Amino acid sequence: MTTPTELDPTLAAMRDELDRLRAEVEAWRARFAKGEVRDLAYTNSATEVAPLYTALDLEGSAGTAFEVPGQYPFTRGIHPTGYRGKLWTMRQFAGFGSAKETNARYKFLLKEGTTGLSVAFDFPTLMGYDSDHPRSEGEVGKCGVAISSLADMEQLVEGIPLGEVSTSMTINGPAIILWCFYLAAAEKQGVPLAQLRGTVQNDILKEYMAQHAWCFPIEPALRLIVDMFEFGAKEVPQWNTVSISGYHIREAGATAAQELAFTLADGFTYVERGIARGLDVDDFAPRLSFFWDIHNDFFEEIAKLRAARRIWARHMKERYGATSSRSLIMRFHSQTAGVTLTAQQPMNNVVRVAYQALAAVLGGTQSLHTNSMDETLALPTEQAVEVALRTQQVLAYETGVPNVIDPLGGSYYIEKLTDEMEAEAERLFEEIAGQGGVVPGLETGWFQKKIAESAARQQWEIEQYRRLIVGVNAFTTEECALEIPLLKIDEQAAKDQAAALSRLRQTRDNARCTAALDRLREAARGTENVVPFILECARCYCTLYEIRAALEDVFGAYREPVFF
Amino acid sequence: MSRPIRVLVAKPGLDGHDRGAKVVAAALRDAGMEVIYTGLHQTPEMIASAAVQEDVDVVGLSILSGAHMTLFPRVLQLLREQGRDDVLITGGGIIPLEDMEALEQQGIGTLFGPGTPTTALIDYIREWFAARQAQGA
Repeated sequence: MTTPTELDPTLAAMRDELDRLRAEVEAWRARFAKGEVRDLAYTNSATEVAPLYTALDLEGSAGTAFEVPGQYPFTRGIHPTGYRGKLWTMRQFAGFGSAKETNARYKFLLKEGTTGLSVAFDFPTLMGYDSDHPRSEGEVGKCGVAISSLADMEQLVEGIPLGEVSTSMTINGPAIILWCFYLAAAEKQGVPLAQLRGTVQNDILKEYMAQHAWCFPIEPALRLIVDMFEFGAKEVPQWNTVSISGYHIREAGATAAQELAFTLADGFTYVERGIARGLDVDDFAPRLSFFWDIHNDFFEEIAKLRAARRIWARHMKERYGATSSRSLIMRFHSQTAGVTLTAQQPMNNVVRVAYQALAAVLGGTQSLHTNSMDETLALPTEQAVEVALRTQQVLAYETGVPNVIDPLGGSYYIEKLTDEMEAEAERLFEEIAGQGGVVPGLETGWFQKKIAESAARQQWEIEQYRRLIVGVNAFTTEECALEIPLLKIDEQAAKDQAAALSRLRQTRDNARCTAALDRLREAARGTENVVPFILECARCYCTLYEIRAALEDVFGAYREPVFF
Repeated sequence: MSRPIRVLVAKPGLDGHDRGAKVVAAALRDAGMEVIYTGLHQTPEMIASAAVQEDVDVVGLSILSGAHMTLFPRVLQLLREQGRDDVLITGGGIIPLEDMEALEQQGIGTLFGPGTPTTALIDYIREWFAARQAQGA
C-alpha cells in the first residue's frame, strides 16, 4: 500500500506543516508550563480543559470538516438554513393561580412577541390531584396554574385560537389526561385535531430519575406513553407526544455528560417500547423532541447540544433502522439553568441568563425559555419576565449571532469537546447497559444515586471555593440583596377552584361520567389504546383526579426507592 | 457525654425537588448526626408521626413549592399536639424573607435559602442542641 504522501504533494506539505505546529505547540507548552498558565481547568462536567487547542487536537477526527447543516449526522444543526430560515421560538413558560389569571398572562406574552405558549401547572395538577383534594392544600396555583377538568382548560385557552398557536405543556405523570383536556378544548373551539401543534413533556422516565412528579408504576406509565405515540401518529400528527428532558436531570445535580447520556438513554427506551408495540419507528420517531438545560459552562453546553444531535441521529439510524430524516433529527427546546440563579445579588442573574441563552442559540436550539432574575425567590413578576424575553430579542435582533449557521463549527476546542462529549456519553451508555438498562437502573436507584452524588460534589466544591459563584462564595456583599419586588400568590385561587369544582360536580351529567370512567378502567385492564377512553372522560367533565384514580385502580401507585 | 443529634429530613407536600434535601441529609450525616430521610410527597401527619416514632431532636423540612405557609405551621401544630414542642423545626427552600420571619414568629426555627453553605446549617443545629442540653441539665 502506498502512503498518501507518495500520491499527493499537497498532503506531504500539510504533514510538514502539522509537524511544524507540533514543534511550536511543544515549545509553547515548555515556555508557559511553569506558572504562567493557571494549572488545571475543568469543564462543569470535570473534563480537563487544555489552555490551547490546535489542529493537532483533531488528529484522528474529522470534526465537522465535511459536514453541512441539515445533513446527517446533523452535528451542525437540523435545518439547512439555520436561523436564516426560521428564528428560534421564544417560548416563556408561565402559569400561576387560576386559569383565568394565566390566560391573561398568555395574552400579555403573545402581545409582547412571544411565539408559543408554555403551560406551567401547579403541583396538585402535576401529581394528578384536583384542587379540592386534601393533598392539594396550600399548593393550589402556587407554582403554576391549577387545571382540574376540561372546564379549567377551556378557561385557560379562552380567546386563544388553538389552530394558530403551538402549546407546550409541562406535564408528565398525568400527561395523557391533560392532553385529552386540551384536545377536548380544541374540539369545543371547532379546531380539527390534525391542526393542533404543541408538545406534552410526558417524559416519565426522567420523573423517576429526577423530577419526581409521577402517578403510576413504571411499566403501566410507559404503556400510556406508547398509547399516546400511537394515537398521536394517527389523529394529532403535528403534536410532539414526548419531550425527552435532560433539564430536570441536570437541575437535580447531574453533570452535562450525565444529562446528555441519561436523557438519550431515556429516548432510546421510548423508541424501543414503540417498536415493541409494533409501531413503525418512522411513524412515531418524528414526533419525539428533546429539552435541554443550558448551564454556565459556555462551550461545554454548546458541545453538548452538537453531540446530542449527532448521537441521536447515529443511534436512530444504525440501531433502530430509522430511514426518514425526520426520525433522525433531534429537535429541541432549551431553558436556561434555574439552578444557576442565585438568591444573592439577584440582578446578576440577568447576565447569567444572557450567556446561557447565547450558548443555547450557538448550539442550535429550536425554542428557548429564558429564566427570570427572581426565580430563586418566588414565581417571576411581569417585569422580570419581560427582561427575560427582551434578553432573547436582543440576542435575536441586535447581536448578529443568528446570521451564521453553527458559527463555532470548526473551532478546535468546540469540535474536540463535541467529540469528547460523544465519547463520554457512549461510555455512560455502556454503564447503563451494565445496570440492565434504564428501567432496572431506576428500580434500583442507580440513576438517582449518580445524580445525588454529583449534586453533593458540586455543593462541596462551592463550599471549598473550588467552584466560585459570584455573590454566593465570591464577591459577596454585606447588605441583604433583595431589592426586587416579588409576586405573591394568595389562597384565592384555591377557594375559587374548590367552589368551581363543587359546581361542576353538580351540573355535569354524572351518570355519563361514571360510565365513561368504568369503560376507561376496562380498557386499562386490557391492551386497548386508552386515549379515546380518557378523551371521552374529558368531554363529559370527569375531573383530573377521578381519571387518575380510575387508572390507579388498575395500575396501582408508584413507590420510590428512598435513600440519600 | 453528648450523644449524636437525631435529625429527620423531610419533603412535605407535592414538590419533587429533592436535590437540596438530599445534599443537606448527606452533609448532616457527614457532620456526625443521625439522619433519617423520609422520601418525597409526605403529609404533615406522616412527618410528625415519623418524628415522634424516631424520637428526633430536629425536623428539617425542604419546601420549594410555595406551600411553606401551610406546611410548616401544620407540622409544628401536630408535634405540639403530641407533646413534642422540644423538637426544633427548621428547613429551607424557596421561601421569601418576610415569610421566613412570619414563620419564626410562630415558633419555627431559622430557615435557610438558596446559596446557604451546609456548614451554616450544621453550626445552627449544633448550637441549638448545645443550648437545649444546657437547659435540660
